Amino acid sequence: MSDVDRRVAELLALLRRRVTGEYEVDEFGFDPELTDKVLLELVRPLYRDWFRVETTGMEHVPADSGALVVANHSGTIPLDGLMLQVALHDHHPARRALRLLGADLVYRLPLLGHLARKSGHTLACREDADRLLRKGELVGVFPEGFKGVGKPFSERYRLQRFGRGGFVASAIRAQTPIVPCAIVGAEEIYPKIGDLRLLARALGLPYLPVTPLFPWLGPLGAVPLPSKWVIGFGEPVRTDEFDPADADDPMVVFHLTDQIREIIQQQLNELRLRRGHAFPPFF
Amino acid sequence: MTHTVLVTGVSRHIGARVASVLAADPEIDRVIGVDTAPPPSLSGDGGVPLGRTEFVRVDPRGPDIAKVISAADVDTVVHMSLVSAPPRSGGRALMKEQNVIGTMQLLGACQRSATVRRLVVRSTTAVYGSSPRDPAVFTEDAEPAEPPAHGYAKDACEVEGYVRGFTRRRRDVTVTTLRFANFMGPGVDSPLTRYFTQPVLPTVLGFDPRLQFVHEDDAVEVLRRTATEDHPGTFNVAGDGVLLLSQCARRAGLVTVPVPSSAFQLMGELARGAGLVDFSPEQLRLMRHGRVVDTTALAAALGRRPAFSTAAAFDDFLRARDIAGGLPVAVMDLLTRTVTR
Repeated sequence: MSDVDRRVAELLALLRRRVTGEYEVDEFGFDPELTDKVLLELVRPLYRDWFRVETTGMEHVPADSGALVVANHSGTIPLDGLMLQVALHDHHPARRALRLLGADLVYRLPLLGHLARKSGHTLACREDADRLLRKGELVGVFPEGFKGVGKPFSERYRLQRFGRGGFVASAIRAQTPIVPCAIVGAEEIYPKIGDLRLLARALGLPYLPVTPLFPWLGPLGAVPLPSKWVIGFGEPVRTDEFDPADADDPMVVFHLTDQIREIIQQQLNELRLRRGHAFPPFF
Repeated sequence: MTHTVLVTGVSRHIGARVASVLAADPEIDRVIGVDTAPPPSLSGDGGVPLGRTEFVRVDPRGPDIAKVISAADVDTVVHMSLVSAPPRSGGRALMKEQNVIGTMQLLGACQRSATVRRLVVRSTTAVYGSSPRDPAVFTEDAEPAEPPAHGYAKDACEVEGYVRGFTRRRRDVTVTTLRFANFMGPGVDSPLTRYFTQPVLPTVLGFDPRLQFVHEDDAVEVLRRTATEDHPGTFNVAGDGVLLLSQCARRAGLVTVPVPSSAFQLMGELARGAGLVDFSPEQLRLMRHGRVVDTTALAAALGRRPAFSTAAAFDDFLRARDIAGGLPVAVMDLLTRTVTR
């Protein structure tokens, strides 16, 4: 059978599975086939050609055990989560599926909620984090949440508060390493220079951004600026030196949270220097 | 020691099947089945041979049940008569009375009885509700973000509350509460199975809930084990794995019609008015956010995993109703043959 024939046969087999429902999703609703073949395929051009994402330190992400990837959050629209997912899926030797923990807003909205579940993500809550880590999954969190992704452009690359450190407690309970991750480039995709607060509140959204292109250019304003991205993974921070019971000790949790935050801030500064201009070669 | 088992709700499918397997167990001397209406005849639709089960017609809201328990020296009570949909006549008020007052009467009778040693209560995973703020998988100790406020699920919460009270007062009685996922199988007739036998499936636009089913054979086996052995506690009962609603529709070869949630609710009410399908607010929420439970506690207690996964249970249901596959599969197979020939 020629190469073309084989590909056609594969495609037909895939279509048949999709049409007849003969595929599996896990208990969180993760559909690996749909994610790899359709959802990520849609974002790959953005990853490859638009943002020209580079990765460093991939060797710090374990290949076959649970770990918690903690990253900075930015960009007004959380594309950084998608890019991080593509990076780990396509450029990690073990092609790891990233399981992000997201805000409940995502799961309230039609379409977005079930697409998030199908691509492997779930609600940021203690039960789900513990369950995924216990199963040996690669879990991702953005502890800054809306404070990070919705911060004004003037505060770019400045880490916001890290919440209550629930993610650290989960890692300690599951005794899994924490992989600090810095994402450089997302800050420039939608520079947020204003906020339509009243309208945002009326729509039940955490913020409604004003960018150089939005809302002036209408739907065209939703096109992200083609900044150059670098995603860097740092050396894992071990949590198995703590006792699982320490997860309930606020001092331990806060201390480790601060430590992780400092590591990521330092990583951010270094990677930003290394990357140089956001929109090379101009500025 | 003689064994006398009382099964409530024997006129409905799962109740009848439980009574019949218990009646076939030589260790058990008597099986007494009670319900508001006599069981359907064997020749008719859904009849299950009850074996040597003695049937007593009892109004669950009255004190008759206490007389049955004291007269027969019942030692094991299997409480199956939680109804999930309002009966054809009577509506919601009657359903609530049957569920809640019926359970209170039964628990009162058990409390006074000197012979009752074991109580098995059928509950539902609907007690966890269904909301976007809940964890993806419920364990037995989970506290739902939005507890159910309507219908069947609320009745089940109240029933469980009374059962917990009973457990505290009668520590010598082994109490097992079983929270079942939606029943699925050839003989099951529920709002959900009726939903899947429609020609087209209305779904909520923009939502694709995760569903979980328990096959009737597994449900009966779990009830048999808990009725004959001591397994105190509350357990989730569901088949392994999950199916998305879209996946169910594809496996059944059914066309889905996504409608906005407000229209979905209106349609549900119209259908309920016409007596076609019952769609309560709870079911609407399930159709949006879905529900999955953790079943490791039961597997550890019984030392057995369900024979049917969620997908296998659904396939068995489709086979029995003869709605599996259909046109899309045939088209795909034809296409594959033409291209790869």
